[in-house]
Order: sequence, then C-alpha cells, then structure tokens
Amino acid sequence: MKKLLIGTALAAITSAGSAMADGHAVSACLITKTDTNPFFVKMREGAEAAAAEAGITLRSFAGQVDGDHETQVAAIETCILDGASGILLTASDTSSIVGAVTQAREAGLLVIALDTPLDPIDAADATFATDNFLAGELIGQWAAATLGDDAANAKIAMLDLAVSQPTVGVLRDQGFLQGFGIDLGDPNKWGDETDPRIIGNDVTAGNEEGGRTAMENLLAVDPEINVVYTINEPAAAGAYEALRSIGREDDVLIVSVDGGCPGVQNIADGVIGATSQQYPLRMAALGIEAIAAYAADGTLPENTPGKDFFDTGVALVTDQPADGVESISVAEGTELCWG
Amino acid sequence: MSGNADDFEAAIKPSAADTVASFSERKGFLAKLQHALHVNPALVPLFVLLVSIILFALLLGSRFLSPFALTLILQQVQIVGIVAAAQSLVILTAGIDLSVGAVAVLSSVIMGQFTFRYGIPVEIAVVIGLTFGTLIGMFNGWLVAVMKLPPFIVTLGMWQIVLAANFLYSANETIRAQDIEENAPLLQFLGTTFKVGAGADGRGGATFTYGVIAMVLIFAFFAYALKHTAWGRHIYAVGDDPEAAQLSGVNVRFTLISVYAVTGFICAIAGWALIGRIGSVSPTSGQLLNIESITAVVIGGISLFGGRGSIMGPLFGALIVGVFTLGLRLAGADAQWTFLLIGALIIGAVAVDQWIRKVSA
Repeated sequence: MKKLLIGTALAAITSAGSAMADGHAVSACLITKTDTNPFFVKMREGAEAAAAEAGITLRSFAGQVDGDHETQVAAIETCILDGASGILLTASDTSSIVGAVTQAREAGLLVIALDTPLDPIDAADATFATDNFLAGELIGQWAAATLGDDAANAKIAMLDLAVSQPTVGVLRDQGFLQGFGIDLGDPNKWGDETDPRIIGNDVTAGNEEGGRTAMENLLAVDPEINVVYTINEPAAAGAYEALRSIGREDDVLIVSVDGGCPGVQNIADGVIGATSQQYPLRMAALGIEAIAAYAADGTLPENTPGKDFFDTGVALVTDQPADGVESISVAEGTELCWG
Repeated sequence: MSGNADDFEAAIKPSAADTVASFSERKGFLAKLQHALHVNPALVPLFVLLVSIILFALLLGSRFLSPFALTLILQQVQIVGIVAAAQSLVILTAGIDLSVGAVAVLSSVIMGQFTFRYGIPVEIAVVIGLTFGTLIGMFNGWLVAVMKLPPFIVTLGMWQIVLAANFLYSANETIRAQDIEENAPLLQFLGTTFKVGAGADGRGGATFTYGVIAMVLIFAFFAYALKHTAWGRHIYAVGDDPEAAQLSGVNVRFTLISVYAVTGFICAIAGWALIGRIGSVSPTSGQLLNIESITAVVIGGISLFGGRGSIMGPLFGALIVGVFTLGLRLAGADAQWTFLLIGALIIGAVAVDQWIRKVSA
C-alpha cells in the first residue's frame, strides 16, 4: 500500500514536471563519456552556448571514466524523469546502452548520438559525427602524395587504439590504408592486411605513454620505419619521443587524427606532418538546434546524403599541402581547434 | 667356546652401522631447493627472468638479443620498476598501496603546472612535486598507523581522491613536450639518454636513460637499507608481527608512517621520470601503475602477508613483464597473450610463495 502511494506520488510529480517543461521551457540533456577529456569539455561548451541562444535548459552528465556505462544509463533515466525533449549522447558502451535509449525514445525524447554511433546505428534517432573513415583517408592520401614514388617502398607503423578494436579506431586505420593505396582485406578489422609495407600494428590506448611504447616495439621489429599512422595526437606525440630517442625524428612522416589545439601546434613544430581535424563544438551545437526544432514542431534531423549519419565535417590540417589533397593551414586549424 | 665368551659384547652391539642419533636427510633435492628459496626468495624470479630471456633469444635471435632491444626493455619498465620498489616497502609491512599511480601522475602534473601556470622556477616546482608525493604518503601512513584503518581501504580512497584532484586541477590538459623542452628542460631530466656502443650513425647500441639509472640506484639503496639498517630490519619485523615488534621496542607507528612517506616520495620521482619518458605532462598517463607495480612485486616473490621477500625480486618481476611484452610483440603474437601469461605467472608466484612458507611450518 505504502509502495503504491509512493509510486502514485512519483508519477504525479513526474507528469507535473513534464507538464511544466512543456508549458514553460524546453530542456535537453548532454551525456558524455567523461567530463575530463578536452574533446568532451569542448563539446559541452558548444552545447551550452547553443542552448543559451535557443533558450533551452541544458543538463550535463558524464561517466567517471571512459567505459562507465552504469552512470550513463542512470543519466538517461534522470532525463526521462526530468521531462527533457531530447538527449545528446556519446555512449561508452554502444550496444548495451540501446535498451535505455529505446526507453527514452518510447517516452517521446529525441535521442541523438554524438561522435560515437550506437550499435546498431539506427537505435538513435540520428547520429551527428565525424566521418572517421574519411578522416583516415585524408591523411593516407596526404602521406602517399608527400612520399611520391617512395610510397611504393614505404615502411609503415600502425599505432592503433585498443586490441578490442573499437569502431572509431578501425575506421581511421582502414581509411588511412585505403587513402595510402593499400588493400584492406576485411574493412571491419585492422591487422589482417598482407601488404609487406605494413611493418606492424600496435596499440596505444590513445595516450603519450602508449604511443611511445608501441613505437619502440615496432622500431624493434624494423628500425627503418618511415611512415607512422597514429590514432590521435597524444599517441603521435609519444611516437615522436620514441623516434627522437634514436635520432630519427626528422626522417619519419607522422600522421594523426583529431585536431586538438596541442596537436595542431605540434604540426607547426614539425612533430606531426598532417592531422584530420574534427569539430566537437559544431557537433554539439547542431545537436541542440535539432532538439529545439523537434521540441517546436516534431521535425526529425536528416542524414547527410549517401551516409547513415549526419556528417559534421573533417578537414586536413598541414603546413605542407600535397597535390590533389585538399587541406587547410595550421593558422586556420588553430582557429578551429578544441582542447 | 672361549671365543664365544670373549665375544659377549656382540650381544649388545647391533649388526647395523655404528651411528648415533642424527637428523634424517631431508627428502633430497626438493627440500634443499625449498630451503634455499626460503633463505633467498629472489632466486625464483631471477631464474624465470633468465629462462625467459634465453627462450626469446632462441626464438628471435639477434633481434631480441641485441644491446638495443635489451636496454629498450629497461627503458620500458623504468616507471613500473621505480613504483614497484616503493610498493615493495609497503607490502613488506603487510600493507598495500593502491594510490601509487595516482600520486605519481598528480606529482608530475604539479611539477608541470606550477612551472607553466604560476611561473615558479622549475627547480622549485620539482621540489614541490616531490614534497607533495611525500605528504600524501605520510597522510596514508598516519591513517594506517595511528587511525588503525586497513591499508587497502585507506589507499583505495586516496587513489580516488588523488585521481579526481588530478583531473580537476589539470582540466586534463597536456603540456606539450616542445614547450617543456624550450622552457623547463629540467622536467625531462630523467629522460636524458646516453648510448654505449652505438653505430657511426648514432643508431643501435645500448641506450640508457637517467630514469633507468635512477631505478637501479633506488633498488640498490633499498637493498642496502633493508638489510643493514635498523629502519630496514624494523620494516620486516613490523610486517611479520607488529605486536611482537612493538614489544621488542620497535616504534611501529614511526616505521609505518615513514614507509608510506618514502613510498609517496618514490612515486613522485616516478612521476618525474614519467615526464622524461613521454616528454610531455599528461594527466591521463599511469592509470594502471598500481596494478602493474603489485604484479611486479608478487612475481618478484614478496609475500603479500608481509615480512618476507627480497627487494631485488620486484626488479626482476618488472623485467620479466617487460621481457614477455617485448618478446611476444617481436614474435608477432597478439597483445592479449602477454596478459594471459602474466596472469599465469602471478598465480604461479603465489603458489611458490605458499610452498616456501611450509619450510618454516
């Protein structure tokens, strides 16, 4: 009996809450993997600015560490209870979160996956993300064009993210190889290529420490490596340290993906040759606009033609433009960089 | 008959050998081995280390058995090695320190941010970083020794506190290697390399860093301190039986607090070495240092029950992990195999520890 009463009271409060939300202001939620990574910090800034402009109340949630799935589920439940109009979500666990996302959509919320597509991708109403395959392809094309004829004899080190092969890491890796002109084998996984130009793959966890160790390991396999693909710029900075310790930093081409401010600065300093820049601020701002439109008249966001998500854009940043590969300068990249 | 009469002694003399009571020879080789290991517990990890080096040398030839590759292993284990030395001290007192990695990373962040954010001279910033690590350790020690809280709980909490403080304070922003090199090269001091026997082009040959030297010196210092100073013997005594130690006049409180403080200090040195190794100050580094250091200590044959083990063991333990990691990588094996084998080594090491303990039972 007591339980029933509490349940009724809760339901009353909840419906009152959503009624108030409908009547007065639109609210939205932003749920990120962590609130420490500069990428997500920038994403939150973008969302806050756009929300203030559109007159939307924004609530931000984040997991404690990357991979903190439970906190994200709890955040979705809070948003449903709170009567939010929509959720922007970068999921830590792309398949397990689907249950909670479905629950939110059934409650009438618009769910947009930011940066990281859910598994399956159509579990969310829309996905606003970087085309990571294209990001990889751009640096692959740039590296091949920069090497010219030497590309045929390149010795390539692939510094990937993790052995579990998360989608983002696979897309960047395979995009790079495609852009460089290497046969992919199965495009859904890395490491199965047979091209002798690939010296090896190793994992970096996407940080400096991992980047250095992985580079050292591959240099032990073949000290003549002259092209290094890295999953992101911290890994690239670590790889550079490994090369520097054996005096080879000047004759190796390092390429990366992300476009964070330290990474772009590293291009200016000649640590990284080129990087593909992504735009978390734009991702979040567009997401808030989509929620505002949905709250106003139920409009659903549309995908970029030919893709199963909305492409928030990517640009190659380098100071040494290569023929046939479109790029922006370090100065332009610095203006647009995050973190 | 007369001969028989003279031979009366034959009746009391047994025909068997003329021996007095003695200890029976204890079950041969195994027992001797068990005894030797009891006296010198670092022998097992040393043996495993040598066997694994020989194994990979046979498998991979000169790719593995080159001065370059072997010293590379030293460089790769230097951070874990330094932290493992600190962890050993705590585990010898029958404690455990889960906050080592977080303390190392926050110390490095403090050294970097104090230099770059507040413009404090880099020498002073380094001292502040080292002091910070020591103070956190001392606080851990106070909670364990005076408040009588279990070390596992104290350091579990401290790990979370320090890690969160690290992210809050640094905003997870990296200080780039190039900026450090230009403005505060002292931060990268322990990453300074020197080569022995490199080729004319400066490649190959044995490569050492000051961080590697620091690791070896730290182990050498504690090997001496634990064996030949009162403080060192007290650590063993406290780990073995704190009440007995107290009764025989050991200042248990001081010993515990000093052990945790020294641990914090060594962790801060590891944080400094970390800047040298990766060039930059990165708040996301070193997340697994606590687990990796405990792994090295356990494989190194130091008993988690305290009071027993040799400080050199964890050095061998860290090197074993390094040898397996690089060796398997060169052999082209999936990285997961490394973790699988390390797991087997951990269980094996504890099994051997239990077996050695029986010698005293």
